[in-house]
Amino acid sequence: MDKLTQTAWLIPLFPLAAFLILTALGRSYRRVGVLIGIVGSFAAFLFSLFIVVDRLGANQVDYNYSIEWLAIGDYSLRIGFEITNLTTLMLAVVTLVSLLVQLYSAGYMKDDERITVFYGYVSLFTFSMLGLVLSDNLLSFYIFWELVGVCSFLLIGFWFTLPKARAAAKKAFIVTRVGDVGLLLAILLLFWYMPEHALDFTTIQSVFDGQSGAITNGITTLIALLLFVGAIGKSGQFPLHVWLPDAMEGPTPISALIHAATMVAAGVFLIARTFDIFQDSAAAMETIAYVGGFTAIFAATIALAQNDIKRILAYSTVSQLGYMMMALGLGSLTGGIFHLFTHAFFKALLFLGAGSIIHAVHTQNINEMGGLRSKMSVTTWTFAIGALALIGIPPFSGFWSKDLILSAAWETNPLLFGAGLAAAFLTALYMSRLFFLVFMGKPSAASMDAQESRAVMTLPLIVLAVLAAVSGFVETPWNGWLGTWLTDGSEEAHASGAVIAYSVAVGLLGIYIGWLAYGKRSISFAAWHERLPWLVRLLERGYYNDELYSAVIIKPLKLLGNVLLAFDTYVIGGIVRIAGAAVSTAGRAAARLQNGQAQTYSLAAAIGLVVLVAAIVGRRFLP
Amino acid sequence: MLASYLTVAAMLFCIGLYGALVKRNAVVVLLCLELMLNAVNLNLVAFSKYGVVPSLTGQIFSLFTITVAAAEAAIGVAILIALFRMRGTVNVDEFDKMRR
Repeated sequence: MDKLTQTAWLIPLFPLAAFLILTALGRSYRRVGVLIGIVGSFAAFLFSLFIVVDRLGANQVDYNYSIEWLAIGDYSLRIGFEITNLTTLMLAVVTLVSLLVQLYSAGYMKDDERITVFYGYVSLFTFSMLGLVLSDNLLSFYIFWELVGVCSFLLIGFWFTLPKARAAAKKAFIVTRVGDVGLLLAILLLFWYMPEHALDFTTIQSVFDGQSGAITNGITTLIALLLFVGAIGKSGQFPLHVWLPDAMEGPTPISALIHAATMVAAGVFLIARTFDIFQDSAAAMETIAYVGGFTAIFAATIALAQNDIKRILAYSTVSQLGYMMMALGLGSLTGGIFHLFTHAFFKALLFLGAGSIIHAVHTQNINEMGGLRSKMSVTTWTFAIGALALIGIPPFSGFWSKDLILSAAWETNPLLFGAGLAAAFLTALYMSRLFFLVFMGKPSAASMDAQESRAVMTLPLIVLAVLAAVSGFVETPWNGWLGTWLTDGSEEAHASGAVIAYSVAVGLLGIYIGWLAYGKRSISFAAWHERLPWLVRLLERGYYNDELYSAVIIKPLKLLGNVLLAFDTYVIGGIVRIAGAAVSTAGRAAARLQNGQAQTYSLAAAIGLVVLVAAIVGRRFLP
Repeated sequence: MLASYLTVAAMLFCIGLYGALVKRNAVVVLLCLELMLNAVNLNLVAFSKYGVVPSLTGQIFSLFTITVAAAEAAIGVAILIALFRMRGTVNVDEFDKMRR
């Protein structure tokens, strides 16, 4: 084992140091602050890259190092880090996207007064995410899991003077918290049932892998489902997806880093990390697959009707995360992680591209854009690559990962294959709608004087575009390198001409229809607006999910809260007020005794003396 | 015999205490204090003559008390004059500085 891998715990410390320095510096030193943030994540990226290169060979041994943290009686709690091929891959993705996003933010956030605070938060997030990836046990995993949630909260609410941003931050925190409770319960159950209360991933793997019978099937399914509830919250799966579109109130680089590429993938990563538990429970696997498949279609239909460029991409993220979940549920660990890998690049690219557009035209409504092709060529080309990768057109990366997932579904579950195919078609449709409305046609009023963004913003776009184009080649139907690397050769690549044909066909069909409707404008969806206004409304409002939760959960809770508040104010508060009033009345009466007159005082003393004498003398006459 | 003296002394003391507690005029209060002291003197003398262990010490002690009482009266009147100069009154009711 190489020295380099043993010092992997240093990687998260670079961004942490950057965060601490940035916090200490405060809001002055804007340029230095930006530099510190970028240097911190660059160092982490470099280190991760070394480790990736180090582990590229076959049959690498996992490295695990832990120290005792707490000893309670006989039980000792250990924390440490673990380097496996999966964590190595995540390290590279997280540090690379973080670096590019920070570079991009130097341009995007240039005029923001609190740019150093922004960089501090991003550094803290990078630290937390890397800590989460490196964790070797569920407890420290959970700590970092919450920490990334906090960073997400801080960054969604970064422009906290806007009421919408405040509300979105609160919503994201509370909704993901619902999922976190599931994760916590799963950890508690594991702690309860695991031999020697072990919580580290290695032991979990050996306990569930060996079919040792230490844990019954029912409990396994329960643990798996509770873990999945945690993943649902973090990865925005139905029915807890509602926070993710609202999270777009945060700065666009944050949407790219946290709400597209890294943090929302943490749920997928969690399931991949504890995959042995899921493999022991067929019921849990089916649940994941169907929830994922449903989310993929569900979110894609909503994306069709949105007009805000960032919300379209957000629903697209939800949909793609559904794909990843579906892959994991179908038993294809490689499929889920591979799609996570490619999605991180092309979705970060799309978000950063969207940020570049918003920066230029100062609106987020795609109907107000148009004809940006001639104004912003770099953004246009990179965005096109990202869109093609998302739609899944060969040879771009998204095609290969989507193909792997669809192949897995093709062999085992025709229903989910259909769902995946339908979602792919819808993806093609809404992406082509977005692309043609934004870049093609005549320049609109808003985009008349749009200009290409500065090099510091376009450079990350170009890097990500290259990655989005070529990163798919690590795993093709003919070359299953990634799968072999991730799973020690237990998952083989399999080519299926039919699947490729289907997925390319629906992708091209979607683009063609999108082009007819929004490029050539020979067909129009206007008839839909007239004939089925309720359907369009339904999609625009995201199937009235927010309204439903508001009516079913929030309003009754608020009512209960108001009832309890009234009880507190009038009953408990009333008792307190009466007690207080009684004491202060007694005090006021007693205060009148202190009138400052020596005569009164001596009178009291004399009366006291008389009483005393009477008491002493009177005792003689008592029996 | 002793009981008569003690009764007179007790009455004298009670009158003095009553005056000290209820009189408004500070001079009268001082006079009442003297009454109480003299009631004590009377007790001392009575006990030295008719007590269980008669002794001359009681009478000498009463002389000391008279001396101290004279000094006390002098200081009391001096304070009273100072107070009168400052406040323009000798009404005890108005001396309520201790309240604050």
